[in-house]
Amino acid sequence: MTVNTAPTVSAARPRQAVAPKRRKGKSAYPYWFYLPAAVVYTALFLIPTFASFFFSFTRWTLTDFTFIGLDNFVQFFQEPALLKGLTNTFIYGAVTSVLKVVLGMLLAVLLTSQIIARGYLRSVIFFPVLLSSIGVGIVFTILMDPSKGMINKALEVIGIEGPAWLVDPAWALVSVALVDVWKGVGLATVIYIAGIVSIPAEYFEAAKMDGASSFKSFFNITLPLARPATATVIILSLIGGLRSFDLIWAMTKGGPGFTSDVIASVIFKQYQAGFYGLSTAGNVVLFLIVTAIILPLSMFLNRKEVEQ
Amino acid sequence: MTTSNRRRWTSLAVGVTALAVALTGCGGGNASGGGGGEKTITWLVDNTENTVTYAEQIAKDFTAANPTIKVEVETRPQGGEGDNIVKTRLSTGDMADLFSYNSGSLFHQISPEQNLVPVTSEPYMANVSDSFKPVVTAGKEIYGVPVGTGNAGAVLYNKKVYEKLGLSVPKTWSEFLANSRKIKEAGTDPIIQTYQTTWTSQLFVLGDFANVAKADPDFAANYTANKAKYATDPAAVKGFEHLEEAAKAGLFNKDYASATYAQGLEKLANGEGAQYPILSFALPELKVTFPDKLNDIGLFPLPGDDASKNALTVWLPGGVYIPKSTKNLDEAKKLQAFIASKAGCDSQTKAVGANGPYLVKGCDLPEDVPAAVKDMLPYFEDQSKNSPALEYLSPVKGPALEQITVEVGSGIRSAKDAAALYDEDVKKQAKQLNLPGWN
Amino acid sequence: MTTALKRYGLGALAIAVTIVVFIIPLAFMALTAVKDRREAAKLDFSWPTTFNFLENFQDVLSARKFMLVTAFINSTILTVVSVTILVVLAAMVAWILQRRRSRWNGVANFLILSGLIIPPAVVPTIWVLQSMGLFKTLPGLILIEVAFGLSFCVMLFRAFIASIPKELDEAAVIDGCGPVRLFFRVIFPLLRSVIITVIVVQSVHIFNDFQNPLYFLPGDANATVQLTLFNFQSQFTTSYNLLFMNILLITIPPFIMYLFFNRQIVAGMTAGAVKG
Repeated sequence: MTVNTAPTVSAARPRQAVAPKRRKGKSAYPYWFYLPAAVVYTALFLIPTFASFFFSFTRWTLTDFTFIGLDNFVQFFQEPALLKGLTNTFIYGAVTSVLKVVLGMLLAVLLTSQIIARGYLRSVIFFPVLLSSIGVGIVFTILMDPSKGMINKALEVIGIEGPAWLVDPAWALVSVALVDVWKGVGLATVIYIAGIVSIPAEYFEAAKMDGASSFKSFFNITLPLARPATATVIILSLIGGLRSFDLIWAMTKGGPGFTSDVIASVIFKQYQAGFYGLSTAGNVVLFLIVTAIILPLSMFLNRKEVEQ
Repeated sequence: MTTSNRRRWTSLAVGVTALAVALTGCGGGNASGGGGGEKTITWLVDNTENTVTYAEQIAKDFTAANPTIKVEVETRPQGGEGDNIVKTRLSTGDMADLFSYNSGSLFHQISPEQNLVPVTSEPYMANVSDSFKPVVTAGKEIYGVPVGTGNAGAVLYNKKVYEKLGLSVPKTWSEFLANSRKIKEAGTDPIIQTYQTTWTSQLFVLGDFANVAKADPDFAANYTANKAKYATDPAAVKGFEHLEEAAKAGLFNKDYASATYAQGLEKLANGEGAQYPILSFALPELKVTFPDKLNDIGLFPLPGDDASKNALTVWLPGGVYIPKSTKNLDEAKKLQAFIASKAGCDSQTKAVGANGPYLVKGCDLPEDVPAAVKDMLPYFEDQSKNSPALEYLSPVKGPALEQITVEVGSGIRSAKDAAALYDEDVKKQAKQLNLPGWN
Repeated sequence: MTTALKRYGLGALAIAVTIVVFIIPLAFMALTAVKDRREAAKLDFSWPTTFNFLENFQDVLSARKFMLVTAFINSTILTVVSVTILVVLAAMVAWILQRRRSRWNGVANFLILSGLIIPPAVVPTIWVLQSMGLFKTLPGLILIEVAFGLSFCVMLFRAFIASIPKELDEAAVIDGCGPVRLFFRVIFPLLRSVIITVIVVQSVHIFNDFQNPLYFLPGDANATVQLTLFNFQSQFTTSYNLLFMNILLITIPPFIMYLFFNRQIVAGMTAGAVKG
């Protein structure tokens, strides 16, 4: 998102940058304003991040460490329980992002069209974004109870036998992902609404004059011109989805067994067990995955945007 | 340039303050009462309500018997945080005059020979049950007396269901299965499993350990030395296999995957389910929630293959130890003696009721003790009929057992696979503890 | 014809769907919170036969020695202090970053981006906190929230500061304003609207935070509302009414925020996202 902001802005105003003449070497914009933030950020974010690369190669007790080479990483890719977390992370990230993009887009189109009760709809769809993941997780754990839960009881009424949701190994991860979408789709929707509203109305009017159906104008105008919004939604939900922890921990704790573990929950479990080196290796793996996916993706999405 | 200089200075400043904070991190007063013949001794216990209640009762009754000695109960958190506090206070010589702490493998991690006062030859040790002594012994010396009651990992069963169907307590696994089938035919859930509370899934494995120990007495030692494995030891793998067998036979309650511990207890009390492999720590909870049903509940050990060797897996109480740093050794020993006496047990029963047998000789349980506790007693009294749980005999315990047993019970993973996976899980722990034979 | 059909038909359909998907779960939560224990245990969607709001409210507050009250106090301190620090520090950074172009800008931009993307390394952070004596302390967690929230806040501030004319700074400098006075007296007041946005968005975020307190502030004495709720989940397995009352209570602060600052929240969360 910011990747493309910085260069364009700085290129646009090279002259202004020199403008505040320093008096006797003193700028009106002193660098020490960076200092307090820099200290906190360095101590609690940068140092731990760099340290994580070192400690991921050790067996670590916080006071002592033994260098063990790549053992921790080998463990991560060998042990079925840990490997499961790795694949699940991808599935979870993909499912939540795709659903948020598709549903967010559809809802945004609906909410920018001339229908009644738009204010109500917008508020009610957005509100879950502000709820705590733990609260949402607990409520849905109860709603998704296989026999007593409201969801399956409702399905029963219309003659469908619902799955066991969170306790069915095949459904557990997807169930949590669906709740994640329930909670997060509001944000995707408002981002899309902002994107669609910024499309000049003339385009739609012109299309209408040409007799284009609303389907056509969606695919030819809305979809391509809302691409920045799509990029944002994809990147935001991927960053969130790949790192997701709260909801999974509140709903399944990675269970049944290891079937809904993701890297973030594996990191926590290893931390709890006192395997600090292994836990940190998990952090490094997550770091590599997130950057390896997000960086190229954001460059790709933003380049397309520039070409338009 | 000035900036980089400034940066350097601030990072130095940050470093210095961090160091200062770290240096002043430890503290804590050491209040030793003096003068006038009256002394105050301190006793550090964990902060669970149960523990604090009985500790304060003991302190009160002890002072009543020894008016010149006052006991001040201090508390510490439980779990890993508490472990660290105990270790730190021991190594800095800042420990209370007495402290309660786990017996078994955690006890070995606080370097008893270096830090604690041996009490092997004290007269009051004659009162301590022989089942307890090994788990507070390091080298040749004994270091502690038991406080609290013993517990068991066993099958709690509904006696009414058993009576109605004319069943008798099973001594072997096949009898257990036969009973369970009959219970199922009668329309009751034979075995309660509650995987929403994951730890409850481990009992088939953990509670079976006494049978393993009787079949292979060296298992724990070999296991710690990386010579015995769950997957390859024919006795040890049974726990996993039994769980798998019971699951495949469809003997669990239908909602096993989503049921919680509390629901499991409710099913057991109401007779909706007949048998629940669980820790006897459940008894006080049953007492609170279903007081009128408490005596419908009985207890038997998890059955193994050999009826003559069927034994109960017991969770031993923690110990009360005296650190070498104490300045009130005589008074501390007096309190230890009190705890290891009938009067000490009575204080505890008065405070929190008796939830299991005491490991002090001559401590009779009150008449109104729950039926399940009575069922435990014969096993506790005869050492050939019980074994401490593996965690008292070996520091090797993997963190993922509860997920693995959930997988076996849910049919996601086979018993063989699960045992092998648990052996892998355990490796991490052994390596982290730097145990010999694992690297 | 068709537009009217679309306007009302689609609208009505959307309303019906949102009622099922969003309103019913929320109503279920609220209704269960006021039921008595027995009725709540049925877990069905029904009107409570008796309203036990006050009773449940008192019970949930007094549970475990008024743990929830402690938690609310801790969470309030955590939220207020860390948001205050965040606003001041982030605004300072954003102002210099936007106004003074230098080779540091590239570095700063890179770091901001890293802060948005990189998942924090947990155990090494604990290690650093421990060496500073701040692990398991509220100040430690406050600094953590500041460190992890900086990137997002700087981004919001920078976008806004770009719209403040630079001439204003220059006029103030000519009047003899030093940088500190210039910033706190002249610039800071002009940031009012974006400050409100930052405050609202970050308060909701920090108040709802679960993972950081879980890692960096364990222990009952320091519980935050989210941690307490999580622990109650295993404790209140038989009293769903109390569990849901707890959820209801911790939902109220964000809900009030939403009622009053609806626009700022939406603006803040979409800003930096769809920048024009």
